[in-house]
Amino acid sequence: MKFSREDVIHIAALAKIAMTEDEITNFSVQLSNVMENFEILNKVDTTNILPTSQPNALSNVMREDEIESSLDIADVFANASNREGDFFRIHSVLE
Amino acid sequence: MMIERIPTIHEAHQLLVSKQLSSVELTEAVLARIQAVEPRVKAFVSVTEETALQQAILADKRIAKGEARPLTGIPAVMKDLLCTKGIRTTCSSKMLDNYVPPFDATVIEKLYAEGMVLVGKANMDEFGMGSSTENSAFFPTHNPWNIEYVPGGSSGGSAAAVAAGEGLYALGSDTGGSIRQPAGFCSVIGLKPTYGRVSRYGLIAFASSLDQIGPLTQDVEDAAIVLSAIAGHDSRDSTSVKLRVPDYTQSIGKDIKGMRIGVPKEYFVEGMQPEVKQAIVSALTVLEGLGAHIDFDISLPNTACALAVYYIISPSEASANLARFDGVRYGFSYTDTDSMWEALEKTRQFGFGPEVKRRIMLGTYTLSAGYYDAYYLKAQKVRTLIRNEFEEAFNKYDVLVTPTCPTVPFKIGERVDDLLSMYLTDVCTLPISIAGVPAISVPAGFAGGLPIGLQVIAKPFAEETILRVAHAYEQATDWHKQKPLL
Repeated sequence: MKFSREDVIHIAALAKIAMTEDEITNFSVQLSNVMENFEILNKVDTTNILPTSQPNALSNVMREDEIESSLDIADVFANASNREGDFFRIHSVLE
Repeated sequence: MMIERIPTIHEAHQLLVSKQLSSVELTEAVLARIQAVEPRVKAFVSVTEETALQQAILADKRIAKGEARPLTGIPAVMKDLLCTKGIRTTCSSKMLDNYVPPFDATVIEKLYAEGMVLVGKANMDEFGMGSSTENSAFFPTHNPWNIEYVPGGSSGGSAAAVAAGEGLYALGSDTGGSIRQPAGFCSVIGLKPTYGRVSRYGLIAFASSLDQIGPLTQDVEDAAIVLSAIAGHDSRDSTSVKLRVPDYTQSIGKDIKGMRIGVPKEYFVEGMQPEVKQAIVSALTVLEGLGAHIDFDISLPNTACALAVYYIISPSEASANLARFDGVRYGFSYTDTDSMWEALEKTRQFGFGPEVKRRIMLGTYTLSAGYYDAYYLKAQKVRTLIRNEFEEAFNKYDVLVTPTCPTVPFKIGERVDDLLSMYLTDVCTLPISIAGVPAISVPAGFAGGLPIGLQVIAKPFAEETILRVAHAYEQATDWHKQKPLL
């Protein structure tokens, strides 16, 4: 599997990471190298094998839906870069 | 009381309850040690001196009332991805450089309830992604045995701090070897519990189906003490299991006569350092001398797939987990723009380091339309095969024994440009994380003054068995008593 420049640009857009030209070039080479090592899996027969999403076989863990206290407003906003009243302020979404 | 060397937890507990030593004295000794060696080791992102001394005063009051628990008044170090209320928690990332959590992780709550004295937050590879602590956005940590060498990673700060006496114990987290490999590199104990044994609530997530918190300690008895304190079900982590938590210290001091030990041949890999192989063979002779049956005739053929499975599953999960870093609610925020999308993309460009971006890219790709079945789903199926192999092996053996790492520590800077050789550092620890079984690294010797680790693996929730074997081995050797000259 080769990771082309176009692949890097496409994936970076999906991952919402801006990239310099140098980064695009580097990632194209590095990710291609890493992905070469994935080819070993094609040789493994996984017919009728179920996937493991996590190892301890729990599923559908339920709990009572109880009312609990949540964080104080001051704590919620303590780490925010831009607060306006009781809102996080961001740039406009629709232009 | 004058403190000649930093004691173990169980030694310190005896000194505290017999009033030969106060927690304030012990904490001051640890803080003095940090001041003396930290310029060379650089294990800490933050040293919490004031907090520690306040907690030590409270611990001394509790001890005076006769209410001491095994960890009351004991100075500890927490990896900097465990959320600590009111104390900066960075993941060694620029993204979280100024992040102060409004809550404690479950393990932190549990340790505070035991009377922990928190001396600081340990350096790590950014978001846990790395094997040398060189991926910290702040500075690399140095191996206390030779400061030109790496301490391993990603819990390299935690391991180096314990080895250097900058804390009596530490917590780390292990996704593919991040507790065991640095423990091996720094000649301390590192225990990765079974997936689900310890709550992950408040652990800043890397790969949710693999991450597990565990102790790094000076000896095996201490590991049993810390695990007893942090294990257990937590309704805030739905993957933690509702199983009784045994008193793990009961496993300490039991003999291993008649135990069946398997040595899977795939772990003696090509490129393995001869001195490491020799040390593991010597360790097996010690275990045999203690009455265990050693069997070399065992093969786990899918071990060869572990690297590929890990480097598909963990980046996939990381790409989803790290989507939360948008610069809005917390963390670094790029503001020099009028566009919301540009703000988001540049926040992530400048907030994340190169390795983190590489893994987000890889994971985004393997989860993207058209590739999910070929990569993520395929890797999950091979994961089942790897688990099945371990399950079968544990029908026949009580524990498996392997090296923790095929080599001793390497020099700082030596592998940073060679991604694959860095990734190969973890070949002996990755399969265990993929299977979700517990494993421990115990000091097993030195080559050229650099530590070698022995890995002991057991079936799910058999931490008592690995502690028992590790303790028997440790007591028959004196590797754990050797301390670095700093």
